[in-house]
Amino acid sequence: MSNNHVYIALQNNEEARAIIEAIERDNPNASVNHFPAMVKIDGDGRIEVRRKTVEELIGRDWDPQEIHLHLVSISGNVDEDEDVFAVQRNN
Amino acid sequence: MPVKAIRENYAFEPKDVEKNFHGNRIVYVGWDHHLMFCAPVAFPLPPDMPFGALVEQVIPGAFGMHPDFPQIQWNAVQWRLDGEPFTPDMQKSLDANGVRHKSVVRMFTPGLNGIGGSGS
Amino acid sequence: MAAKRMSLRDKYNRMTRDLAWDFSYQDPKKIFEQADFEGIKIEDWDKWEDPFRLTMDAYWKYQGEKERKLYAIIDAFAQNNGQLNITDARYVNAIKLFLTGVSPLEYMAHRGFAMIGRQLPGVGPQVACQMQSLDELRHVQTQIHTISHYNKYFNGFQDFRHMHDRVWYLSVPKSFFDDAASAGPFEFITAISFSFEYVLTNLLFMPFMSGAAYNGDMATVTFGFSAQSDEARHMTLGLEVVKFMLEQHPDNLPIVQRWIDKWFWRGYRLLTLVGMMMDYMLPKRVMSWKEAWEMYFEQNGGALFNDLARYGIRMPKYWEQTVAEKGLISHAAWGTFYNYCHAAPFHTWIPEKDELDWLSEKYPDTFDKFFRPRYEHWAEQEKQGKRFYNPSLPMLCTTCQIPMVFPEASDPTLTSYRSSVHNGERYHFCSDGCKDIFDHEPEKYVQSWLPVHQIFQGNCGGATVPDVLDWYHLRDGIDNREYLASPDRANWERWKAGEEEAAELPKAAAG
Repeated sequence: MSNNHVYIALQNNEEARAIIEAIERDNPNASVNHFPAMVKIDGDGRIEVRRKTVEELIGRDWDPQEIHLHLVSISGNVDEDEDVFAVQRNN
Repeated sequence: MPVKAIRENYAFEPKDVEKNFHGNRIVYVGWDHHLMFCAPVAFPLPPDMPFGALVEQVIPGAFGMHPDFPQIQWNAVQWRLDGEPFTPDMQKSLDANGVRHKSVVRMFTPGLNGIGGSGS
Repeated sequence: MAAKRMSLRDKYNRMTRDLAWDFSYQDPKKIFEQADFEGIKIEDWDKWEDPFRLTMDAYWKYQGEKERKLYAIIDAFAQNNGQLNITDARYVNAIKLFLTGVSPLEYMAHRGFAMIGRQLPGVGPQVACQMQSLDELRHVQTQIHTISHYNKYFNGFQDFRHMHDRVWYLSVPKSFFDDAASAGPFEFITAISFSFEYVLTNLLFMPFMSGAAYNGDMATVTFGFSAQSDEARHMTLGLEVVKFMLEQHPDNLPIVQRWIDKWFWRGYRLLTLVGMMMDYMLPKRVMSWKEAWEMYFEQNGGALFNDLARYGIRMPKYWEQTVAEKGLISHAAWGTFYNYCHAAPFHTWIPEKDELDWLSEKYPDTFDKFFRPRYEHWAEQEKQGKRFYNPSLPMLCTTCQIPMVFPEASDPTLTSYRSSVHNGERYHFCSDGCKDIFDHEPEKYVQSWLPVHQIFQGNCGGATVPDVLDWYHLRDGIDNREYLASPDRANWERWKAGEEEAAELPKAAAG
């Protein structure tokens, strides 16, 4: 049985909504699940947040490290640079 | 296996040796299939207390409020001591019955299966 | 002209590794005295890399922003009498459990990461541990600040730190963390960062905070999510340190696997308290313990351990047991506090009819068969004025220190008994997991400070229940016992009936 499940959970707030929308745009296979005050995005193998997409949505510069303000939890290995914040399985 | 420690000879006297209980020893009593009492209970008891006194004076205070309790047929109770079936001698002391410090005494009461048969 | 911006990787290297220095006139073994004794072999600390690449300057910036947001909401909560907007005063007992059981662990984590940040020889983990140590201090402070608002209106909060060292059930979280903090630095970080934070903490914070949101407790949601936003970094530290140890030397594998086995089981047993909170203490429920275990452990844990399989790591020992008993443990725990809440600084109650129905629906295989009759009997007794309290003290597990309340998964009407004899002394355990932990390091656990035995030895204020409650600083009839008869409930009913102006709400007190 191969289980490559990853997720990112974010607070349900104004700025995080743009991040969630960016994830939906860039990760068509990810599924967005709503909980009280929190949104959990599940994916298979990898989920990424792209700086460019978030910037387009919020109309200003955005540093992927700003995601720290809204993160609730993750599952997977983190891969982060100036342009992308991703969680992924390495196998 | 010994503990990997930053000091040599990592060893201590156990915190709960019998001599720390002022002449008593700890005896645990559990009633199978009656988990309304969430866990077996612990008593500090004198080792020379007769087993019969445990049954007549201690256990009723612990379990007497259970609706099954008045229906117990004491001569039919099946006992276990530290996991093994055993037949206590009611006249003899806990010690003479083999009840040691931190021994577990379990009672199974045939036909009594807890509240509504739920094991509670 | 503006300087060219450094890449994240360069910046991370400049601000961490480049700040370190080589030791020229001292023996590194003397500087890092605890680095070797556990048997972990590290060939090259420079191979360590923090995937977040968070540097101290960015850390202060983001943490400062988190704090500003948090305190703005706490102020708004207090100014608007937010405590009146929760679903029901029963809910507040979940926060009492949190403050007494969890917040002191945050402080211990602050200390623990400060200690191991000093002991680990690599500069990467030193910086990560420094940040985490500061995070944990922030967590305990924000929790105390937030919850202090509830302390003005409800009982049981007033002496949480004193209680943490004394009250019987608090020896469960306390001994968990003391066990980790008294191990070496590598075991500590595997225990706390990996096994607890990475594998299990989602089950603590996510249901607690979603539950708080669902029950109108904006204050707790806020400190919870603010803390949780640090948690992703902590979890990543845990995962990275485990991978790093495994990559550095093949001899590390059996040591790391054993720590994962041990700390998974210890953490899982501790989470029993969370399971009970989810299934019983939230007037509006988010999900059952069983569902949460399936989502956060079976699904995600499965993926995680698949991922680690290439290092030779397997699923933690006895994980099957956690699945087999997922329909049992939260009920066993609530029953335990129902038995013994005369000695705890919060209230318990029988779930209302619709709540019992919810439990029946969520636990179709176990609830009606084993637990519902127990509650219905207790409710009937309560109506007759004979509210059940267990008059005896419980037998405890030597390792997890939880009363021996866990049933056999194969027959949930029987207590699970396990025992070992070491140097002629008998020791008892709730499970194979707890027995294994003892058997591996008996010299450590023969020192367990078991509250029931301590009472019998005369070390807890006296021989009677009132003596012990005094020693706990627990006010009988106010902080403890049945919710229906509590001053908390009487106050709540009065406030909700609008008998008093919100501005004149009295302080917590006997009703």
